Amino acid sequence: MPHTLVEKILLAHTDAADIAPGDIIMVRCDVVLANDISGPVAFRAMERMGARRVFDPQKVVMVADHFTPAKDAMSAALLRSLEEWCESQGVTFYGQGRGGIEHTLLCEEGWVVPGTVIAGGDSHTCTYGALGAFGTGLGSTDIAFCLAFGEFWQVVPGTIQVVFEGTRPPFITGKDLILAVIAHIGVAGGTNHVLEFVGAGAESLSIDERLAVSNMAVEAGAETGLFPADATTAAYLQGRTTRPWVAERSDPHAQFAQRVRIALDALSPLVAAPHSPGNVIPVEDARGVRIDQVYIGNCANGTLTDLRQAAEVLRGRRVHPRVRAIIVPATSSIYRQALREGLIDVFLEAGAIVSPPTCGACFGGHMGVLAAGERAVTTTNRNFRGRMGSPEAEVYLANAWVAASAAVAGEIVHPAEFLAEVRA
Amino acid sequence: MIFEGTALLIARDNVDTDVLYPGPYLNIVDPQQMKWYLFEGLDPSLRDRLREDTILVVGENFGAGSSREHVPLAMKAWGIRCLVGKSFARIFYRNCINLGLLAVPCREAVDAARDGSRLRIDTDAGVIEVDGRVFRMPSLPPFLLDIITCGGLEAWARRRLTTG
Repeated sequence: MPHTLVEKILLAHTDAADIAPGDIIMVRCDVVLANDISGPVAFRAMERMGARRVFDPQKVVMVADHFTPAKDAMSAALLRSLEEWCESQGVTFYGQGRGGIEHTLLCEEGWVVPGTVIAGGDSHTCTYGALGAFGTGLGSTDIAFCLAFGEFWQVVPGTIQVVFEGTRPPFITGKDLILAVIAHIGVAGGTNHVLEFVGAGAESLSIDERLAVSNMAVEAGAETGLFPADATTAAYLQGRTTRPWVAERSDPHAQFAQRVRIALDALSPLVAAPHSPGNVIPVEDARGVRIDQVYIGNCANGTLTDLRQAAEVLRGRRVHPRVRAIIVPATSSIYRQALREGLIDVFLEAGAIVSPPTCGACFGGHMGVLAAGERAVTTTNRNFRGRMGSPEAEVYLANAWVAASAAVAGEIVHPAEFLAEVRA
Repeated sequence: MIFEGTALLIARDNVDTDVLYPGPYLNIVDPQQMKWYLFEGLDPSLRDRLREDTILVVGENFGAGSSREHVPLAMKAWGIRCLVGKSFARIFYRNCINLGLLAVPCREAVDAARDGSRLRIDTDAGVIEVDGRVFRMPSLPPFLLDIITCGGLEAWARRRLTTG
């Protein structure tokens, strides 16, 4: 029987002899992840399950990133309890100032390799598909079960193969590719499926760009968004990890539920207008929309690639007097590299705020939430009503070129208005 | 199993977990405290309309977005035991099952229901009655029914630990 990539990964992590979409199986985890929100709820559930110790401390990792630095006393207590639990269980803990936003961090730190299964108490665990891993988001009770038993129940998903054809014009990034996919299949189009990204346009993407694509697979309802591992993956993992892995891909005659073709040559930078990631329009159609804030960061687009793009726009320019620009390097190591490259200086010179790595305002937690009537352009992944603060605020999702250009112009513009030509 | 109750309609599609339970309240760990923020970003007055036998009747892709289990935990804290929807987002659906909260996808039943409709769900017979009209519901896989019957994944896990 030919198999899809996701079926091969799941087959290697289950006792079932063969699997097909719709089957319910138990799947073994290579890594179990939670954070300061999902973790403490899961720990209580794990206790009630009657499990005292985690199944394997080597396979469990916790990251403090949502309410960090603590926004109030209650969050501080939550962060404290997370840290104490990790100490008592002997599991890896990335504390404040020692890590960053979980999904960027775990890739950077070598936790994620192709062909593995990563259960995360965060919906954007699908980001790990960028490295060919079945990373998938689960709730706290699922995570409690994973912590206790090292496995979770899973309905075997079908596969929607997405073929990125052609080459990207300037200013087209991973963000635009995934927004094009969501526009095509809809915000629930990937339910009970994984997305699999192939084609010359997929292979040409750097890992940072792939992270941006896979990150928003869940915004199409999908369980993860897989890039088959290739030479780019191997080069990224070199020196980051000692975990063994092999490159797998779907068999030639594997059954796909659907095949979607996205032509890149004619693509404009895209924005998702309020209040849905599926409300996608070309940046030209949003031209002139006045904004109050720009937020460049989060687990989708706080990479060095994003910061470099933003710096290229902001170098020698000023953030519009009416606008706040908040820039959030996703991890400490990205922050330091940005510092070495002089990017942080560019941001500060332009009048932007540089935030410590945190999920911060992306989920409306703190560090830059929006007032009623305010409008923001962000490189984040959700623009639901009220997501970043007031229900009367509006969020436009876009790539870092577009976001930085909006910061300077005070309104949404095509980045070509500032930069005649850049490397794609 | 049989669930009977009164419909409370949330007749919109793609209702996300951010509006069902906004981010600022995610630092709460006690479901009895969580319940005061359920529906906060959607329509807080829905909380006042919850009754002991409320069955939530919802649209397409209900519970999209964040994996926050605070949403079904808060529903459970209000005493909700069942949802009927046109369709559910994957993580939200898992969370419901894991908490022993029955979530039934059935478009015809949702279309037939009004606020205050009487609903009766019979998982053994595979039917939903809406004000006396009978609709077939997709059969729940035995594995998921087992979790629900146990009262959720916690109890299911306890059984697994004690029986080895």
